[in-house]
Amino acid sequence: MSDLQALESGSRHDLRVERSPDAPDEALFKDDSEGAFGYCHSYETSSRYDGPGLRIVLFTSGCLLRCAYCHNPDTWHLKDGTYVSAQQVLDRLAGFAPAIRDLGGGLTISGGEPMVQLAFTKRIFAGAKKMGLHTAIETSGFMGDRADDSYLSVVDLILLDIKSSNPDIYHKVTSRDVAPTLRFAERLASIGKPTWIRFTLVPGWTDDPANVEGIAKFVAPMKNVEWVEVQPFHQLGAFKWKAMNLEYKCADTTSPTPELKNRVIEQFRAAGCRAR
Amino acid sequence: MEASVAMKAKAKDEDCWRSFKPGDWSSSINVRDFIVRNVTPYGGDEKFLAGASKRTKAVWDKLQPYFKAERKKGVLAVDAKSPSTMLAHKAGYIDRDNEVIVGLQTDEPFKRAIFPFGGLRMVEAGLKAAGFEADSQVHEAFTKYRKSHNDGVFDAYTPEIMKCRRSGIITGLPDAYGRGRIIGDYRRVALYGADRLLEVKREERAQIDDMWPTDEVIRVREELAEQIRALNDLVAMAKLYNCDITRPASNAREAFQWTYLAYLGAIKEANGAAMSIGRISSFLDIYIERDLRDGALDEAGAQELWDQLVQKLRIVRFLRTPEYDALFSGDPYWATECVGGMDLDGRALVTRSSYRMLHTLYNLGPAPEPNITVLWSRHMPETFKRFCVKVSRDTSSLQYENDDLMRPFWGDDYAIACCVSAMRLGKQMQFFGARVNLAKALLYAINGGRDEVSGEQVAPRTPAVTGDFLDYEEIMARFDVTMEWLARTYVHAMNCIHYMHDKYFYERLEMALHDRDILRTMAFGIAGLSVVADSLSAIKYGKIRVVRDNTGLIVDYQNEGNTATPQFGNNDDRVDKIASEIVTRFMAKIRKHPTYRNAVHTQSVLTITSNVVYGKATGNTPDGRRKGEPFGPGANPMHGRDSHGWLASCLSVAKLPYKDSQDGISYTVSVAPQKAHLSEGQFLEEATKAFDVYFGHGGFHMNLNVIDKETLEDAMKNPDKYPQLTIRVSGYAVNFVRLTPEQQRDVISRTFHGQI
Repeated sequence: MSDLQALESGSRHDLRVERSPDAPDEALFKDDSEGAFGYCHSYETSSRYDGPGLRIVLFTSGCLLRCAYCHNPDTWHLKDGTYVSAQQVLDRLAGFAPAIRDLGGGLTISGGEPMVQLAFTKRIFAGAKKMGLHTAIETSGFMGDRADDSYLSVVDLILLDIKSSNPDIYHKVTSRDVAPTLRFAERLASIGKPTWIRFTLVPGWTDDPANVEGIAKFVAPMKNVEWVEVQPFHQLGAFKWKAMNLEYKCADTTSPTPELKNRVIEQFRAAGCRAR
Repeated sequence: MEASVAMKAKAKDEDCWRSFKPGDWSSSINVRDFIVRNVTPYGGDEKFLAGASKRTKAVWDKLQPYFKAERKKGVLAVDAKSPSTMLAHKAGYIDRDNEVIVGLQTDEPFKRAIFPFGGLRMVEAGLKAAGFEADSQVHEAFTKYRKSHNDGVFDAYTPEIMKCRRSGIITGLPDAYGRGRIIGDYRRVALYGADRLLEVKREERAQIDDMWPTDEVIRVREELAEQIRALNDLVAMAKLYNCDITRPASNAREAFQWTYLAYLGAIKEANGAAMSIGRISSFLDIYIERDLRDGALDEAGAQELWDQLVQKLRIVRFLRTPEYDALFSGDPYWATECVGGMDLDGRALVTRSSYRMLHTLYNLGPAPEPNITVLWSRHMPETFKRFCVKVSRDTSSLQYENDDLMRPFWGDDYAIACCVSAMRLGKQMQFFGARVNLAKALLYAINGGRDEVSGEQVAPRTPAVTGDFLDYEEIMARFDVTMEWLARTYVHAMNCIHYMHDKYFYERLEMALHDRDILRTMAFGIAGLSVVADSLSAIKYGKIRVVRDNTGLIVDYQNEGNTATPQFGNNDDRVDKIASEIVTRFMAKIRKHPTYRNAVHTQSVLTITSNVVYGKATGNTPDGRRKGEPFGPGANPMHGRDSHGWLASCLSVAKLPYKDSQDGISYTVSVAPQKAHLSEGQFLEEATKAFDVYFGHGGFHMNLNVIDKETLEDAMKNPDKYPQLTIRVSGYAVNFVRLTPEQQRDVISRTFHGQI
């Protein structure tokens, strides 16, 4: 275990790889039963993109997906993050809680994949609830099976990223299987958990009308889905791939044009989704 | 000395005051009472506003060539022969047929005047820099026969003060020009007329005839005599423009004209860095409401009065030197006007004219002057708050200050001098004192009083740091000693300056529009707060190795710790407490030293654009800032270090204690135009909430820019495309294209937060 560090770091756009031993992720999170400690990449205090109102966004490290367009490849490995205690995170959060309550915002945990550190993130969510804050998780859903009902009880809103409903495309984009994500979405629908579906629009990767149609049809009947948010791909993370000497397959991919974005939004709407 | 003097109402005054509710104001000078009894608060939205009138547009068209030529050439014209006074120039006009409000600083627009009473050196340096000849007669008069404020101050300065000025640890002192930061209650001329004001001044004088002539009594007698002379000159000046201001204004146009003439008299007599106009909008609104009721005016006519007054305020110019411009770039003069706020009974002082004043930014386009300041209270109508935020988004021309924080200190009829200095109108003035460079002071503490750039011994010699690493407790102890010395030297210099300013460059008209017995504050200031806080944090939480040059001077620092250290601007108490502690500690040291005329000590955390110059003069600092790099402006975190978003940055700044910086805490925020999923209405609502939260947490000031870096970069390359692009810097707004390239780069390098 590395030494306990102070929770300090910049925005999601800062590269943090200095503490990046190339450790296998899965071996470590099995020990994480108490969740008193965990790994965090960074946090931001003023996001309006990650849930309702003004959000404090905590980025945890560790992710099992390897999305070709990932803008935070420096969060893939658990130990890319800073090792901190949940209490430190909550103390920090407490300094913002009154303001965030007044602003009608809350805490969003993103990553990485927050569910890699289930006990740790649950502890933080529970602490945030005690402060009267709205809570949200941004997840790929890949590990959704591991999030039991008591975990979901401390999360008010799920921001679920679905890249594709097509197993081949999903695998091509993320190098993983889509089934767990779809299963998780269905479970959320069955228990009526408020959910926003987030779809990253990457020209040449996810923009095929059939791909969009597949997700739209899958999501449209789900009454728990409050929004489908189309998120345009951007190149803000490109420098990280370069700095980390990784092969970046989206180096030449452009951001979607406004026309393309509108087409996709309209496609979701046509299927009956509330999209933006 | 009791200032309140009963007055006998005259028949013609009764007519001018028709249909106003009487009160204490009708029998003594009490503008605040007049406002509270007669104001019509407005809770509606902006839909009633009118566009610019034909006459307004005609005047504006006449001025455009001047603006254009000025951007190319700088100073267009100067009258180098006639030292400026109220009667030095004949009447001047822009477009006589279309001007509803008249009066210029000299006989032509954009012709600047000279103010040798402040200091001949500054006049001659300014003329030379602008390419004009100095006048031999003026030179002779002010070298042979008449001493200036500047001469006086340098007679009283000590070698130590001179050294501090030279090294840049104390800079921007008003020792060579007008001190400014005094706001005449210009409204008094409109409400009472000069005759009544003269009567009161004579009465105030008579009251002290029996007092034993101590220094102070003699001084006050002479000052009152000067004030009476000034009011008589103001009457004569108004006559040049065919206005009889001996009586009160009888309608809205006259109320605007009388108020403006009083202000014009002030800027003909004094060239202070900051010449605020006060808090006139809701006062003048009372006259507009009466004319609207009487059918003598319509909305278009009301807006025309505001537009034309603002046109006048946009063309005020003073002759400055290049050194001055480096500190305060873009010809600012802080015609600060306050809108909004609450009265002590809990009513919002928001009127239709609060809207009209803001609306001038649409009718005439964005501009730095007047420096419109919204006194923000969470209790103001939501419609008005939203309109303010909309204007900010569209023009980046507004600043906001916390009325809920200031009202308990200053009541409900204060205004802002310059950027952030609150004072009760007509009842309070300040002795302005620029600021000290606290970051440099910290380096002096480390180097035993030697300057880190020149190597010169500036502060008294103390043992320099001898080890290789800096120890927090030791450095704090040393810094404390350095601050003690600096505070003493600073108060010393200020006493000399204001003694001489009162003696040689007394603001007789502005002070004639005050009560005789007023509260005086002496306003000290600090620069480099975030650099000092981050440096001390680095020393405390990191492992700072010092680097010496071959003379033993410590010139650089390396952090050998393995983690980043806490930085101001991230709502992190470990460093935010250090910043607050420094503010409180320096204030306590300032308070130890008696002031000229027993002024109350105050302090600001404000730099204006001088953060660039201060940075330039300061060596490497332990926080990792490189030599010459600009400081964060005002109380701002260092550029790029407040990396967790605006909320964290705001909350850090909001922690700085106002009770120990009653002259204001300046904070500038730049956010990119909104891109999130918010409609216009939602955006305005969310932004309004954000203001309420920041000010609710004790934030004092918010200078808000809504702009992206790309626009600024383009404006640097193509200035002609952006003649009116306005941006708020610390405490004032400026035409971006009139900043020096260095300052432009500084603005661009600041933190831009993603969104509100």
